[in-house]
Amino acid sequence: MKKYNRLILSLVLLLTVVLLTACQQDERVVLNVYNWGDYIDESVIQEFEEKYNIRVNYDTFSTNEDMYVKIKAGGADYDVLFPSDYMIERMIKEDMLHKLDFDNIPNYKYIEGQFKNLEYDPQNEYSVPYMWGTVGILYNKTMVEEPVTSWQILWDQKYSKQILMLDSQRDSIGVALKMLGYDMNTRDLDELEAAKQALIEQKPLVLAYVGDDVKDKMIAGEAALAVVWSGDAVYMKWENPDLEYALPEEGSNLWVDAMVIPKTSKNKAEAELFINFMCDPEIAFKNTDYIGYSSPHSEAKKMLDPELLDDPAAYPDLEGLVNYDIFKDLADYLKVYDRIWTEVKAH
Amino acid sequence: MKRFLARGYAALIYLFLYAPILILIVFSFNASKSRGNWAGFTLNWYLELFQDRQIMKALYYTMVIAVLSAIIATVIGTAAAIGIHNMKRLKKTIVMNLTYIPVVNPDIVTGLSLMLLFIFTNLQLGFVSLLLAHITFNIPYVILSVLPKLKQLDKNLYEAALDLGATPLYAYRKVILPEIMPGIVTGLLLAFTLSVDDFVVSFFTTGSGVSTLSIIVYSMARRGINPKINALSSLLFLTVLILLVIVNFRSGENKNKE
Repeated sequence: MKKYNRLILSLVLLLTVVLLTACQQDERVVLNVYNWGDYIDESVIQEFEEKYNIRVNYDTFSTNEDMYVKIKAGGADYDVLFPSDYMIERMIKEDMLHKLDFDNIPNYKYIEGQFKNLEYDPQNEYSVPYMWGTVGILYNKTMVEEPVTSWQILWDQKYSKQILMLDSQRDSIGVALKMLGYDMNTRDLDELEAAKQALIEQKPLVLAYVGDDVKDKMIAGEAALAVVWSGDAVYMKWENPDLEYALPEEGSNLWVDAMVIPKTSKNKAEAELFINFMCDPEIAFKNTDYIGYSSPHSEAKKMLDPELLDDPAAYPDLEGLVNYDIFKDLADYLKVYDRIWTEVKAH
Repeated sequence: MKRFLARGYAALIYLFLYAPILILIVFSFNASKSRGNWAGFTLNWYLELFQDRQIMKALYYTMVIAVLSAIIATVIGTAAAIGIHNMKRLKKTIVMNLTYIPVVNPDIVTGLSLMLLFIFTNLQLGFVSLLLAHITFNIPYVILSVLPKLKQLDKNLYEAALDLGATPLYAYRKVILPEIMPGIVTGLLLAFTLSVDDFVVSFFTTGSGVSTLSIIVYSMARRGINPKINALSSLLFLTVLILLVIVNFRSGENKNKE
C-alpha cells in the first residue's frame, strides 16, 4: 500500500508542475495554422513568431478530406489552411473562405503568372499558391529499357508484377482516363466505365496499390515502374540515381496547394501577415529547400540549385505541357468515382 | 527433441513480436530518410527530434492527457465498480451492459458522437474536450479491471472491519482498497496505454493547437513518416523497457525479503 501511495503522490506532484507550466499566461495573438504533415521548414514558424510577436499554433493533417471535415464541423478555429486545388474550389462554393486583402500581401507579386487565376479560383481572390507539382511515371533505368513516353507502358505485359499504382482514387482513375485520352475531370459515364475496364485489365500486372511506401519500394528497386507525385520523384532520384521521372505525352494531373483563410478565422489581418511572410523570398526558399516540391515563387527559384531547376521532374516547361488537368471539385458526381474505384479494388 | 521444438516455437513467436520494433530501432540510426537505403550510422534524427517543436509539443500533450485521463478515469471507475458490485442483480445486469457498450463500440462512433456533443454544447474543441473524451473511453476499462478483484473479495472482511469498530469509509480505505489495489493499478496502466494509443477519438475531439503523437504520425502519411518518429518510438520503447525491468526487479526483491 505504501508503495502505491508514493506512486500516486509523485504522479500528483508531476501533474501540478506540468499544469503550472502549461498555464503560463501568454498575451500574444494566437494564430492557428493547419498544414499538411511535414510540409514546412519549422524554423520559419519561429522566425515569424519573433518578428511579429504572434504565437503560432501549428497543426497538421494528412488529406484534404480530413481537413475539410474538421473545418466544416466547426469547433476548430483555424486561421490559415493549405488545401489543394479542388478542395479550394469546393470551399469557395460552400462559402467557407474569406476573400483575401491583397494589399496586406505585397509579396504576392513574386508568385509566377502561370499559377495565378487558375480554374479553382478564377479571379484569384481567395488563395495564394504554396507548392505545385505533377503526376507522372517513375521508372528504374536498369529494369526498363525502352523510353517511357506514355501511360500505355503501365499496361505492358512485360512488366507484370513490377508496376506500382497509387492507392488514391482520383489519381488512379485519372491515369486510366488519360491513357484512354479523356479528361481527368470527366463526368461522362461511358468514359469512366472504360477507365474502370482498363484498370481491371491492368490489375494482374500491378504489384501493389501503394501510398507513401512507394518511395521506399522504388528506392530499394522492388519495382520497375510507379505512378508518383513529382516532388517525391525528385527525392527518390536523389536517393537512387537509377530512377528517372517521365511525364506521359497524353497529359496528366497538375496540382497546386495554396494558402487560404477560412471563415472560422478570428485574426484575418494576422493570417494575411502570415501568408505574406510565407511568400517572402528567403522564407519561400527555405520551405522549398526543406520540402523538395516545386515552388511557384519566382525569387525562391532563383536561389535553388541550378541543377534542380533544369530537372524536368521538378520544373517542367509548363508551356509545353498540354492536356494537364487540375482536379476539379466533382461535388455530387464524386460518388460515381467512389463506385468505380470500389469496383476496381474489389474485382 | 520435443523440448527443442517447444523452444523453437517460442523463439519464433518472440521474433514475430519483436522484429518490427528491432527494425524500427535500427532504422532510427539510418542516415538516409528512406528504408530502401542504408546510408550509414547517424544520431542526427535524435538530435533533430529534440529540436522539433511540433513533435515535442505533441509528446507533451500526449503524456499530460494520458496521465490525467488515466488518473481521473481510475478514480471514477473504481468508485463506479464498488457501486456496481453492491447493486442488486437486475440493476447490476443493466449497468454492466451499459458499461460494455462503449467498449465494443467502434472508436469512430465514439469519436464522432463526442465531437457532435461538444459542438452541440458549444464547448471549444481543444485540450478540455480531448481530456473529457479520453476519460470517457477509459472509464469502462477501469471498471472492468476492478470488478473481478471485488468479486474475489471475501464479503466477510468488510463486515469484520465494521464489527471491530471501523466506520464504513475507514473500512473501505483500509480493508477494501488495499485488497483490490492490483486491479486498480491494472486499470490505471490500461487506461494510460489506451490513451497514448488512441488516434480516432483524439482526431475528432481535438481542436486547433492541441495534437497528440498519433495525430502527428498520421498526418505525415502523404510525405512519408519522418525518421524522427522512429527515434522517438525507440526512446519510448526503451523507457518502457527500463521501467518494466525496474518494477520486476523490485518486486522480486520484495518477495525475497518475505
